[in-house]
Amino acid sequence: MSISTSAAAAAQMSLPVEPDAGSRRLNTAKALQEAIGSQMEKDPSVFVMGEDVAAYGGIFSSTTGLLERFGPERIIDTPISETAFIGLGIGAAVEGMRPIVELMFVDFFGVCMDQIYNHMAKIHYESGGNVRVPMVLMTAVGGGYSDGAQHSQTLWGTFAHLPGMKVVVPSNPYDAKGLMTAAIQSDDPVVYMFHKGVMGLAWMAKNKRSIGAVPEEDYVVPIGKAKVVREGTDVSIVTLSLSVHHSLDVAEKLEEEGINVEVLDLRSLVPLDREAVIATAAKTGRVIVVDEDYQSFGLSGEIAATITEHDPALLKHFSRVCVPDVPIPYAHELEYAVLPTAARIEAAVRKAATA
Amino acid sequence: MTTETTEVAKDLSAAQRQELLRQMILIRTFEAAILREYHADKSPGFDIGKGLIPGEMHLSAGQEPVAAGLCAHLESGDALTATHRPHHLAIAKGMNLRALAGEIFGRESGLGHGRGGHMHLFDPATHFSCSGIVAEGFPAALGQAFAFQRAGTRNIAVAVAGEGAANAGPFHECLNLAALWKLPVIFVIEDNDWGISVHRSASTSVPSNAVRAAGYGMPGVRVENNDVEAVHAAVGEAVARARAGNGPSLIEIHTLRLWGHFEGDAQGYRPELAEVPDRDPIPAYEKQLRDAGILTDADLAEMTAWAGTQVDNAVEHAKAAPTPNPAEALKYVFVEGAQS
Repeated sequence: MSISTSAAAAAQMSLPVEPDAGSRRLNTAKALQEAIGSQMEKDPSVFVMGEDVAAYGGIFSSTTGLLERFGPERIIDTPISETAFIGLGIGAAVEGMRPIVELMFVDFFGVCMDQIYNHMAKIHYESGGNVRVPMVLMTAVGGGYSDGAQHSQTLWGTFAHLPGMKVVVPSNPYDAKGLMTAAIQSDDPVVYMFHKGVMGLAWMAKNKRSIGAVPEEDYVVPIGKAKVVREGTDVSIVTLSLSVHHSLDVAEKLEEEGINVEVLDLRSLVPLDREAVIATAAKTGRVIVVDEDYQSFGLSGEIAATITEHDPALLKHFSRVCVPDVPIPYAHELEYAVLPTAARIEAAVRKAATA
Repeated sequence: MTTETTEVAKDLSAAQRQELLRQMILIRTFEAAILREYHADKSPGFDIGKGLIPGEMHLSAGQEPVAAGLCAHLESGDALTATHRPHHLAIAKGMNLRALAGEIFGRESGLGHGRGGHMHLFDPATHFSCSGIVAEGFPAALGQAFAFQRAGTRNIAVAVAGEGAANAGPFHECLNLAALWKLPVIFVIEDNDWGISVHRSASTSVPSNAVRAAGYGMPGVRVENNDVEAVHAAVGEAVARARAGNGPSLIEIHTLRLWGHFEGDAQGYRPELAEVPDRDPIPAYEKQLRDAGILTDADLAEMTAWAGTQVDNAVEHAKAAPTPNPAEALKYVFVEGAQS
């Protein structure tokens, strides 16, 4: 068991924080792979483990090309034994390694959640700070391609609800690289949730924002820091992940009609950047939460509570565009009836603007 | 690859045999002290949340042969993961008794500064940890073994759990993965017959969990009679195999839960209850050593006095230690920054 302050944590402090993006463009998957590869080159204690992460390169391309660079000793395919290999990651992290463990779909957490929330997330606390678990649990989230109720969820609210895990949710290539670099270097366990729809996969519906400028150098996006990705004055959309893309599309469209929308990309759920939430609420007084997680008992309610606990008089309008409390349906028409689509977001913004 | 019993080691020295007994006496003395302190202030009646030691308390009396025979082979750099009933293993692994007692009493002096409790002990000094969730301590041992293997050390990891855990999924996932990757790990099943109130005959499809090792291509051994020297012999073979890079082993030890599942358990479900004290392994081992001519009254008195001093010192230290500051209840959630 390692209790030493990591060299990596010291290194993180020397890395640039959100430098200029430059002009090189990558998709989100490549940006993520680049972060992992670069950290693996610098730190021999970093390794990747999971189902189909080696020769396949990750079902959603999170690890493409890494086997060729680092070999099977560090890019490791596992049996379909999530409890065993996630727990193995925990044990290795306790001994000072820095595992990146992929849970292929977040929906699979049901077979291994004990290792995640009772062990990975609690060991540091239960040990009174004597044992650290510097591990990244990387997982694919989200729907929109008819994968049905067991392969389409985001579930980030569930992970964020349980103490002891940091939870990051990048929406674009720049943040994907910077947040993964920060996650690998963190001495805390970090759950890194990438939406399949933001990766820029050739075999899934394209989104123009899944390709963007990414610095070649290493840098961090600080965990726990939201970003205003579009300034506005009339209505605030507080959102994350693929819903950032839809929200920006709606904001651009409504700008032509004179409705001025601010979009806040949370980027991290734990820690939650409550100051940024309160700041945008104070600015516009009209807040819409767009969340591809289930509506009840989750992120959207937490945002409302954050604002009203700060100042109950701050809001003229609050509404939410979430997945209603229903398993994600299979049929395209049904799935898109429950996802937070651009059409639903647009309707919510129009209503908020007149409130 | 599976054998039902092991040969009792004939080559233990007198000093080694005395040391096994000494460890068992130390453990029993500690558990007896916790038993006393636990119940001291819960009457009249029994309020589980009341007293100097609140909460569930799973004591390990009767299972000392497992801890003593196993840990005699382990180095401080070897890892051990235990269960909700961890004290015997923690003590035999060499955990500081003050830190252990401090955590049980919920004091700032405890291993986890009162955040963990007796089922959640994490000790970097001895690479010891435990989990309160049945069978969920196995995976971490794999990871520790993996780290040792990658670092090229001779260290190994040992995962200990009860016979009930051998019916849970993590056991099977972990045996497969450990064998597949030839990890330097040993799986030890403490068969104390009872999963709380359910007898193993009502929970387990095979008479010995050792036979399950064959399904994962590793050696499996069952040690009968709660015999500390047989434990020592079986573990010795498995440790040698693991340190040599030849992969994992499974050992099931038929042991004894001398007391209840937890304190306050009246054990009405246990038909053999009246005869349980007769199976206490410590008087039996004392007699064995006396009969062999390597234990005198003076030896035993010295061991008992030594253990009493160690335990009294630890318990008094814990009782005198400050309680944690309630204002710091949120401390240690994260290394970096506070929970938002």
